[in-house]
Amino acid sequence: MKTGAKLLVESLQREGVETIFGYPGGAVLPIYDELYDAPIRHILVRHEQAAAHAADGYARASGRVGVCLATSGPGACNLVTGIATAYMDSVPLVAITGQVPTFMLGNDAFQESDITGITMPITKHNYLVKRAADLGQVVKDAFYIAGTGRPGPVLVDIPKDVMTTQLEAEPPIGRAKLRGYQPTYEGHALQIEKAVSLIGEAERPLLYVGGGVIASGASEDVRRLAELMLIPVATTLMGLGTVPCDHPLNLGMIGMHGTEAANYAVTECDLLIAVGVRFDDRVTGKIDAFAPNARIIHIDIDPAEIGKNKPVDIPIVGDAGKVLQSIIRRLIKKEGRETWLARVRHWKEEQTVRDGDDGLSPAYIIREMSDLLGDHGIVVSEVGQNQMWAAQHYCFRRPRTWISSGGLGTMGYGFPAAIGAHFARPDETVVDVAGDGSFQMNIQELGTVVQYKVPVKVVVLNNMYLGMVRQWQELFYDRRYSYTELPAVDFVGIARAYGVDGIRVEEREEVRPALEAAFTTDGPFVLDFRIEREANVFPMVPAGAAINEMIGRRQA
Amino acid sequence: MKLHTIHILVENRAGVLSRISGLFSRRGFNIESLAVGTCEEAGMSRMTIVVLGDDAQIEQVKKQLNKLIDVIKVSDITDQSTVARELALIKVAAEPGDTRAGVMQIANIFRAKIIDVGAKTVILEVTGDSEKIDALETLLRQYGIKEFVRTGKIALLRGQKGIKSMK
Repeated sequence: MKTGAKLLVESLQREGVETIFGYPGGAVLPIYDELYDAPIRHILVRHEQAAAHAADGYARASGRVGVCLATSGPGACNLVTGIATAYMDSVPLVAITGQVPTFMLGNDAFQESDITGITMPITKHNYLVKRAADLGQVVKDAFYIAGTGRPGPVLVDIPKDVMTTQLEAEPPIGRAKLRGYQPTYEGHALQIEKAVSLIGEAERPLLYVGGGVIASGASEDVRRLAELMLIPVATTLMGLGTVPCDHPLNLGMIGMHGTEAANYAVTECDLLIAVGVRFDDRVTGKIDAFAPNARIIHIDIDPAEIGKNKPVDIPIVGDAGKVLQSIIRRLIKKEGRETWLARVRHWKEEQTVRDGDDGLSPAYIIREMSDLLGDHGIVVSEVGQNQMWAAQHYCFRRPRTWISSGGLGTMGYGFPAAIGAHFARPDETVVDVAGDGSFQMNIQELGTVVQYKVPVKVVVLNNMYLGMVRQWQELFYDRRYSYTELPAVDFVGIARAYGVDGIRVEEREEVRPALEAAFTTDGPFVLDFRIEREANVFPMVPAGAAINEMIGRRQA
Repeated sequence: MKLHTIHILVENRAGVLSRISGLFSRRGFNIESLAVGTCEEAGMSRMTIVVLGDDAQIEQVKKQLNKLIDVIKVSDITDQSTVARELALIKVAAEPGDTRAGVMQIANIFRAKIIDVGAKTVILEVTGDSEKIDALETLLRQYGIKEFVRTGKIALLRGQKGIKSMK
């Protein structure tokens, strides 16, 4: 005899789950009772949203499925933003929620919410488990769906009486086999042949790579293709780290706040090789003016992404790594390509601009951070200017060292995601690059980092504004700063109250010593950088403009 | 833009209809009609959806439907040889006398059955393709249609060909 709750916890162990991020409540008491002495580590967060983000950060840093747990009603609803964040960025996540007992379902019972209904549009799939005997197979299928194909979040909702049901015999669990779900991994041979000949013929090819490459573990394949055929590489926000920032063929980030080199190259290229990307509007700008002279090869594991926003010439459905390897095998090394590479090099040289003045510039802080961490850091960001400065100025050299909410753009994501990243990769220094607005959206997680001694470093780029919105108001709304100014907050004081150490930095000379102090401290640390208040993120492509119509220049 | 008939084989599970209708509404696809019911394959249902869209939109509809775990097979059967039917029930004002005779004559021509006779109304049952039902509705309008209800279209491929779960 065993209960549904015990079967659940055993099923999680069978999936290799070591860490769960969660928050208890009435409808999950039977699960928590099982977790009390189970060999699974449970991290108690301070808000369920943080549990979902932490599980997401854990998944992105490790490539494994992250797991979060919350009670019914408000607990489940608080996971929603985190699940939506994971969905937009294709992060493998299993969210487990408690539910009111089956006989109360649909009766507006205390702490009841229809979480499977609520999360239908933001999950890859979800389950309401009405029979304890189904739990084992559902957990198996949930992990399989979350972690394979195009990864994504799966929610498993379990009524309380299902957790307490005594099972006479444990039903056998088969391997996940779903007749409606069979992802394609190998690219179509004929399409691969066509791609090979287009790549061979191209004079001005460009690789445009994104999060799908990281998810597939195909970074090395991208680098090999680039070097073999002398193809410059532009990465999306989600693809940073695919190719080392200082690689001669790397053009940096493409898109609204991308580099001149990447944005000009996509405009002039005659062949665009898009891998694990989805032609998002923040990347393409005006879609008709994106890669106007190019034929397009699009490699993606999700057939629905191909041709969704932009018609393509060679669609290839499959795993980025497997498809790239098949292509590389058929190619002959390219020599020369002097004109195109010289043109690209020229843009790269031109784009580095004016020296930051003596003030406390965010670019300077990020670059110092990059310099100090070298190859030993994972950078997590919040959303807004802080995110873009980190993406632009940090030198990413390895995949899974940049963790950021790209698709949904969730403020408050970074701090809990950094906590999750630490549990996945305890050997790395994990830094959350934050703004004063974003940090305050999940600042309560200072409690979590203290409780579990999580050595996450929070770098607050504090301008006492909701900076990105203020920047848009400055540029497009005649400097009418409508509700974007935030009063000064003593973040060091708040950190200390929780038992976390911190330093406030106001002068340029103090930047490096402060970062060194944070990185050499064993525990968590909060750095409150009082940056130039009206520093902007440049260059910038105004919304709706063509991707090469950039305003402003990047700070040095 | 034209009407497409999409045939879907789905797992017969709770929530599958709401997964599909939710997908259509949030992605802005226009459903003209939808019919669903169990079928000969155990644990599955067949769904016939009529959608308005251009080729690119219909391509997205099919791909997005295929992403749903509970969807087993999606086929656009618009340009294939099919039989398709809708059923309608029409309550028409028909006082005894010339009016009622006129209604009954039209019903005969359309092979519609009279399935209820009231003091001042009759109810007609008719099956056929959309155009036939539209035509009947138009003709009956002069008598006064009190209530009108129709199912979505259901369709099957003609002959040996079929839409089965094996991909």
